[in-house]
Amino acid sequence: MKSINKNYKNIPGWGLDIDPENEPTYPIKNYTGDDHNRINYERSPQQPLTIEILLSTERPGPTAVFGTSVPPSGLSGAIRRYAFKHSEDRYRHWIPLILADRINVFEGLIDDIKNGHLPNLIKERGLAVEWKHNRAAVLKKAVFAALVGAALWASCKKRK
Amino acid sequence: MLAMNYRGPYRVRLVEKPMPKILHPEDAIVRVTRSCICGSDLHLYHGMVPDTRVGSTFGHEFTGIVESVGPWLQKLKVGDQVLVPFNVACGKCSFCKQGLYGNCHESNSMATAVGGIFGYSHTAGGYDGGQAEYVRVPYADVGPTLIPPEMDPDDAVLLTDVVPTGYQAAEMGGIKEGDTVVVFGAGPIGIMAARCAWFFGAARVIIIDHIDYRLEFAKNYAKCEAYNFKEMADPVIFLKKATDWYGADVCIDCVGCEAEGNTLQTFSGRIALMQAGAATALQWAINSVKKGGIVSIVGVYGPPFNLLAIGNVVNKGITIRANQSAPKRLMPKLFDHVLSGRLDPKGLITHRVPLKDVSDAYRLFSSKLDNCIKTVLIP
Repeated sequence: MKSINKNYKNIPGWGLDIDPENEPTYPIKNYTGDDHNRINYERSPQQPLTIEILLSTERPGPTAVFGTSVPPSGLSGAIRRYAFKHSEDRYRHWIPLILADRINVFEGLIDDIKNGHLPNLIKERGLAVEWKHNRAAVLKKAVFAALVGAALWASCKKRK
Repeated sequence: MLAMNYRGPYRVRLVEKPMPKILHPEDAIVRVTRSCICGSDLHLYHGMVPDTRVGSTFGHEFTGIVESVGPWLQKLKVGDQVLVPFNVACGKCSFCKQGLYGNCHESNSMATAVGGIFGYSHTAGGYDGGQAEYVRVPYADVGPTLIPPEMDPDDAVLLTDVVPTGYQAAEMGGIKEGDTVVVFGAGPIGIMAARCAWFFGAARVIIIDHIDYRLEFAKNYAKCEAYNFKEMADPVIFLKKATDWYGADVCIDCVGCEAEGNTLQTFSGRIALMQAGAATALQWAINSVKKGGIVSIVGVYGPPFNLLAIGNVVNKGITIRANQSAPKRLMPKLFDHVLSGRLDPKGLITHRVPLKDVSDAYRLFSSKLDNCIKTVLIP
């Protein structure tokens, strides 16, 4: 690594207390000094950028390989693109991503219906297993939901 | 091919997806033979990890048979039976060269704070995971490891994450002979960390959780003391008393962001998402460890931050050690422990579920039904 001060080794006392044993990352990290080469290592070839991937602003460019699971799309994709304008340090990065995740759930439902697939929410949520092994909890949740629903219904009716 | 498909919090299903393709000369395609649901998959399942996109396939603990290989691969060949460590690592960057395979700098374009992980949201690189019939494995000469013929396949699949993460949790604790080690969380990782603490010379291992069947399992499997924090007025006081009012030598957080036990943490972290999950276990670890003690963290916390007693870390002179584990670094040692019979990873498996029932398997594990400790999906 280049130092701004080329003569740093001439600073009185430089290196006097170096202790190679003082290495809290041992044995997790096998210290080789490679850190000081920074990102000047031999890199694998670049995976072709055939889909849109969102890049962290804390990197100079894409990594040699990347996942192609679900490219950004729709409203959630637009929010994600906004989020990736900000560094990982900022709330402006993470909060929009959480919002995009929630919107994405509705987009998924709309896509399902568009494709003629009505999601089986009971099956997807594994409720049959919950019913088999934890019937009391399911009944408790159902009663709670029914009470909340009834209260809302009563409240709406009263306002009318 | 068939693959698990995330549809939103608490909703997954099995869908037909296109076969994965070789996208890079160092890729391989692996036909999955076993794939586990990890406790950290539940953070995705519960919608706790930002940038978890609908349509993703989870799964970072899997074994399989190499189906096809990219032109640059030299070690793997078609037909090899491999276990695939959960992290995607290039083997060439400054971090990989120093054994920090969980911190690879060439596997995650979308965040610098974490390396690429199979099936673990776009925050961890956007890779599809192994809860599928087939999976694309980048840098396949680096991570995937041949399964020795004498190794049980169920042991092999747990060597992709559970065993190395539990082992490294204990290793990072810097345990000295005679130490008292407290492990928070009696899930598979916590149980493994408690078991592995003995390898490093602990004299006393205590595990803390609130689920009785898991505590009972941990007591038998890891030969440790096990206590339910719901039966204590204050877990920190309990642990201080249990250690002669001194504090534990080492505390290990194997819980992460979905901890129970503190109303403020639960509300702000798990319900309102004002912080990166509930850091209750980590708070207890910081406050239960002795002055000058070590806190080891392998529990998963999402971004951006958590509310913690950092002042106590400073004033007590605590050393915090944490990382994603590096299974590749630990593999020779762990193979030895498993093949010699000292460690029995498959003993953690309580449920084997066909991939087609993936939504039931997630619910079973998430709700801790039927005394579930570890679930393996069989494609």
